[in-house]
Amino acid sequence: MPTILPSEPIPEEPIELEQGFSLWSDAWHRLSKNKIAVFGGVTLIVLTIACIFGPLLSSYSYEDQNLNLGASAPSMSHWLGTDTLGRDLLVRLLVGGRISIGVGLCATLVALTIGVVYGATAGFFGGKTDAFMMRIVDIMYALPFTIFVILLMVFFGRNIVLLFVAIGAVEWLTMARIVRGQIMSIKKMEFIEAARSIGLGKRRIIFRHMIPNVLGPIIVYTTLTIPAVMLLEAFLSFLGLGVQPPLSSWGVLIKDGAEKMEEFWWLLVFPGTIFSLTLFSLNFLGDGLRDALDVRSSKD
Amino acid sequence: MFRFIARRLLQTIPVLWFIVTATFFMIRFVPGGPFTAEKAVTPEILRNLEAHYGLDKPLYEQYFDYMGNLLFHGDLGPSFKYASRTVNEIIADKLPVSIELGAISLGIALFFGLILGVIAAVKRNSFFDYLASSVAMIGICVPTFVLGPILVLFFAIHLGWFNASGWYTNIDRVLPSATLGMVYAAYVARLTRGGMLEVLNQDYIRTARAKGASEFRVIFRHALRGGILPVISFLGPAIAGILTGSFVIETIFQIPGLGREFVNSAFNRDYTLVLGTVILYASLIVILNLIVDVVQVWLNPKLKFE
Repeated sequence: MPTILPSEPIPEEPIELEQGFSLWSDAWHRLSKNKIAVFGGVTLIVLTIACIFGPLLSSYSYEDQNLNLGASAPSMSHWLGTDTLGRDLLVRLLVGGRISIGVGLCATLVALTIGVVYGATAGFFGGKTDAFMMRIVDIMYALPFTIFVILLMVFFGRNIVLLFVAIGAVEWLTMARIVRGQIMSIKKMEFIEAARSIGLGKRRIIFRHMIPNVLGPIIVYTTLTIPAVMLLEAFLSFLGLGVQPPLSSWGVLIKDGAEKMEEFWWLLVFPGTIFSLTLFSLNFLGDGLRDALDVRSSKD
Repeated sequence: MFRFIARRLLQTIPVLWFIVTATFFMIRFVPGGPFTAEKAVTPEILRNLEAHYGLDKPLYEQYFDYMGNLLFHGDLGPSFKYASRTVNEIIADKLPVSIELGAISLGIALFFGLILGVIAAVKRNSFFDYLASSVAMIGICVPTFVLGPILVLFFAIHLGWFNASGWYTNIDRVLPSATLGMVYAAYVARLTRGGMLEVLNQDYIRTARAKGASEFRVIFRHALRGGILPVISFLGPAIAGILTGSFVIETIFQIPGLGREFVNSAFNRDYTLVLGTVILYASLIVILNLIVDVVQVWLNPKLKFE
């Protein structure tokens, strides 16, 4: 930093210049320019808030039947219509969203935890430990996991906790690979060496220098894992293996709608649209984050 | 190359052994059996049934019997629910339908995916590029179990062009295969576009152009071979996805294939049929993955040394 002579004009915001942009403010800036990712993010926030608070504001409950009404088309009193038991579709959709989003988040958390711990361990120790641990991941990749999840759900009851543990246990493999690769590549980088050379402690190197650089890919891949998990949950629910009535998830609603679509189109179209919109938002938010954080690893 | 294939073949043996063993024991430790029905059978009948199917023997003996029959005779045993039918017969009956569905879907995915992807890459940022991206986006965000019923609603019920379900004539193949293939066409298109864009900037493409090769030749002879690599490595997951995806498609369109049979057999606790189908699907996926790996190395010899 050259000393500023009194004769030179003083820069207007010297603090700003000294600080520069942190990784996160820079990424945030780039993300906010990506309209489709911002749209995805806003949609997700709106949908989540609606699912949490919407059912509380409605005068209908997700299990209140009105058999006299039966299935009715969208109207002023039931904005999205009712199902064959006269239950309000909007409320059922929002309550179903709690389950779908909840399973998505919980299962992703399971996958995230296993994947990061496993991947970081393998990457950190390297050598034989790493070779052995990644060999296991390779072998597990070859297993047809969807089939195992179906078997688990059939045999051990359709229990929500089991559902997200089973899904989470399937989805951690890619996370482990990504984290391991990142840790490996960062271990040898100059800035870690530089940090060591000025005498920083191990903990400081890990938390101040390694983690922020590995966090980007983790966040990106987490955002992309959530739609995959939600898709698997809906897939199982569609086969009749997910959430049980009177509770509903989006997969269950789509299944019911598909069975009755010939007479009552709204039962299929609204849940299908909301679910697709959510997948769309998550995928494009994930893509946007990847561009913003400049993660080089490919999606698959 | 031969050593590479041999090594990969050896690796698949423990994988397949693990799948068979894990599924075998998982099924046995589950509450409820194949003969627990709403109408309880008397203990004598139950004992006779169990003796008939060898279920009264110790578990390890059942396991060795099963493995022996499987390895030396390729015999998957009798079905517990379909009296007098063997699992081999049921699979022989239902598998061709699922294979046909899967093969047509994969064909659709590759054909449309490659064409869309190549056009999108060559005419970058043009109308076609955006069209291809939009189609790919729909394919990725609309799952098969939403797309399928909507296609039925529109093309079968509203327009009356197709039957809503069934698997009798050639025209019945259209909607199910299109539904299943669409998602993978979308991924293939995205991967092809990405792969082609990377390759088209490389020196050897410029060399080909400089030597006066026609644009068509440059794209399809020189660029596509490199640009297709991401698609090849995606084929493994895609095939596994199409196989499991057919469970849903066969349910929606009421197709008498093995996928629907698998889901039903799991519900019915038809142990031998579940086991047989899992072994079959797992071997199919593992073997197809192996073929994909070999093709990949053949197209890109650099991979052999990694």
